[in-house]
Amino acid sequence: MSSPTFEQEVAESRAYLMKFARLQLRNESWAEDAVSETVLAAIAKPQAFERRAQLRTWLVGILKHKIVDALRQHGREVTLSQGEDDEADPLDYLPFKADGHFAERPADWGNPEQDLDNRQFMRILEACTEKLPPVQGRLFLMREWLEMGSEEICKELSLTPTNLYVQLHRARLRLRECLELNWFARRDAA
Amino acid sequence: MKPIYPLRRTCKEVTALVIAREDRELPRLERWALRLHMAMCQACPTFERQVLTMRQAMGRWRHYSEEDPGEAS
Repeated sequence: MSSPTFEQEVAESRAYLMKFARLQLRNESWAEDAVSETVLAAIAKPQAFERRAQLRTWLVGILKHKIVDALRQHGREVTLSQGEDDEADPLDYLPFKADGHFAERPADWGNPEQDLDNRQFMRILEACTEKLPPVQGRLFLMREWLEMGSEEICKELSLTPTNLYVQLHRARLRLRECLELNWFARRDAA
Repeated sequence: MKPIYPLRRTCKEVTALVIAREDRELPRLERWALRLHMAMCQACPTFERQVLTMRQAMGRWRHYSEEDPGEAS
């Protein structure tokens, strides 16, 4: 069996790249465009890739650039709520007493080094991220996956800091709740 | 009810600060208020550890997003 060509290997990474593009962009056609541009850029410049063992790392690096371009290009639409974003503050679902103090201690998640190395945990983390409303999910992953600074995000998307922080606050609390329900509580029950 | 003491915060306020700290630098006064509350509260440090765990988890996931060997197609 002959080994796959560079072009084949790049093309085979398409589905993998789509997963992250979808997660970040929350829009099928934007994601397809970003991934196609990534694949084309990679095939056009094979000499830019040196270490074959880390093809994925290289491709994801290109994809991230294409995704930042897409977010910039779609500007306002990125933060335009489709009506599915909730307005509730998830902080209100935590067990606080009327005086603002905890009614019960939050669950001890332990020292989950082993959890973090667990593939199943990574899948749940991904599923919880996917479940965030689109605007929250995009902004959250711009911070956590694209590693953009808050100021940078506001500038790129013409967003006020207050608006950004409100969305990130909700996203982080929702993610916390989802992880607790789907991983930490089940792990302890098992 | 207005806090009488300028550094006094409720757990709910502290929880919001712990979350906010992930995305922005807190003003000096809030940083002190947070530390003071953490030193006196049993519940909030547990919540803070959850947030730190999430921070580590996202770091791990970022790394994993580039190296995951299986699941291609």
